[in-house]
Amino acid sequence: MTLESTNAHESPFDPAAPLTPTGNLRRRRAISRVAESGATLAAALAVGVLGIVVYGVLVHGAGALSLDFFFEGAPNGIGPALVGTAEIVTMATLLAVPLGVLVAVYLVEFGGGRIATPVRLALDVMNGYPSIIVGVFIFILIVEATASQSAIAASVALAIIMLSIVARGTEEVLRLVPDSMREASDALGVSRWRSILTVILPSAVGGIATATILAVARAAGETAPLILLTSNNPGIEVSLNPFEAVPNVPGTIYRLSEEANPEGFARAWGAGFVLLALIMAANVGARVLLNRSRRKMAG
Amino acid sequence: MSTAASPAATGSVQPSRSRSAARRRSLDRFGDGLLRVVCAAAALTAVGILVLSAYQIFDHAGPAISKFGLGFLFSTEWLPNFGVFGAGVMLYGTLVSSFFALLLGAPIAIAIGLYLSLLAPKGIRGVISPMVEMLAAIPSVILGFWGILLLAPFVQKHVEPFLHNTLGFIPLFGPPQTTGASIFTASLVLTIMIIPIVASISRDLFLAVPRDVQDGASALGATRWEVVRGIVLPTTSSGVIAASLLGLGRALGEAIAVAQMIGAGEKINTSLFETGDTLAARIANQFPGAITGMHKASLYYCAAILLVIGLASNLCAQWIGRRFDYRRMVAR
Repeated sequence: MTLESTNAHESPFDPAAPLTPTGNLRRRRAISRVAESGATLAAALAVGVLGIVVYGVLVHGAGALSLDFFFEGAPNGIGPALVGTAEIVTMATLLAVPLGVLVAVYLVEFGGGRIATPVRLALDVMNGYPSIIVGVFIFILIVEATASQSAIAASVALAIIMLSIVARGTEEVLRLVPDSMREASDALGVSRWRSILTVILPSAVGGIATATILAVARAAGETAPLILLTSNNPGIEVSLNPFEAVPNVPGTIYRLSEEANPEGFARAWGAGFVLLALIMAANVGARVLLNRSRRKMAG
Repeated sequence: MSTAASPAATGSVQPSRSRSAARRRSLDRFGDGLLRVVCAAAALTAVGILVLSAYQIFDHAGPAISKFGLGFLFSTEWLPNFGVFGAGVMLYGTLVSSFFALLLGAPIAIAIGLYLSLLAPKGIRGVISPMVEMLAAIPSVILGFWGILLLAPFVQKHVEPFLHNTLGFIPLFGPPQTTGASIFTASLVLTIMIIPIVASISRDLFLAVPRDVQDGASALGATRWEVVRGIVLPTTSSGVIAASLLGLGRALGEAIAVAQMIGAGEKINTSLFETGDTLAARIANQFPGAITGMHKASLYYCAAILLVIGLASNLCAQWIGRRFDYRRMVAR
């Protein structure tokens, strides 16, 4: 079908004339083309914004990096903050992953119970729960009760934020485990709990790992709860005591960004660079892992 | 597995075997029950966390609620030294910045969803989809820091004067201020946060629209845009609305990036280029330093308001998403 219109004006009907778009069709085509380029532009915009943000952090952050920056304390580096973040996130993971997996097992393997609906709703709501609210809640629950900020309080808050990510990711992958495996296990007379622990969960371990990495990446950058729960440590020395406030990377960036101090800004850029690099690496890793386990599941 | 291949045939003949089988059976029954109870307990914990958090926050807001009542929502005076508190400024800032971000972000995000689901070649989709999702992975503190140091000065120098000169007759676009900290720049950062959420959900929605219906429309001569306008958007509209509400919820509750960018203003300004404050940002800013009981209680009251608004938008999204599920309208 040729679309060139040499003579699209109203002429007497000629059945032998080549098919050409009339004025109306040409308008519709034009609208469609405008809409298509608008959509393409929007996608380009999103990629562009990602590029600009990453570029900005890269350019400003790379200058701050040095070996000392990773190992020294507050005025020069972010060593203690890195250690603190690792500690908080590790404790949060240890809390959130078992709990999240159990919730998912309940929903998939023991589903149909009367509490399945509220549980699913709770997970959905939790996914959109403002992290500052989680921070305020844990402040009431732990910091007020013990009268001191602590790494434990921060990890409980992060665990709540991670819980829905782990639970939903695990639920999704448990549903991908073929029913034939459950049936085979049943047919061999294996009891429910044994087949869950030895057949179903092991085959879902790739997906669980993916969800865990994504949750860790989310928790590592979470700031709002930390400034309520573990902020009064300047991060001069490494401290690991879980019952005290420990320095942490997001909190450091936030504090430095609130002080109008160029040297502080440089350090904040450096810390932001490190944090962003870790989080992006985790996200890419999770994606690779997900693709691999999907392929394994499929074939 | 080999242990399970036991009794039926031989069990009755050998008593010792059957005894171990019986022990095994009771162990299994115990194990089944235990795992079920443990899992159910974990699931209930998730519900419990939500209920308990709402209860605790409202409980601690009690003194402020009983002192200021609902007038707290409209009073614009926040004077910690005089024990006078009202959340009007923050409520206004929260709603305006989030709605503005949604107004700007949702169309862009839906367009991205359309591009990724219908227009992009498969190879390109595989690259751009993860990049859009990566945008959601940038921690808000980094986005806020980038915003205050790089985005805000640019916007204040170039974008705000332009908007003021062209749209200045609308009071929202007043004269630019000296610092870039404003409701406007905060909204821009919120827009960046909303886009990946709405885009990836709407992409999945659009991908689920049955292909044959779209092909049918094309066969009848509809252009690509007419297919989108006449088929894809109407069948997914409820889902898209739900996705936008989820994005709105994200914007409403964002504390850190907004606290960095909005400038902690103390009054309601009609111009978007002036400073303001949001509920979440106020909590993040003042909670660690709040000393008097009433100051704390008022911040808890702010948290309670935020909780109610956030919960409402989230539950609305769930309800719309389920109630008007497109799968029920399109026979599959």
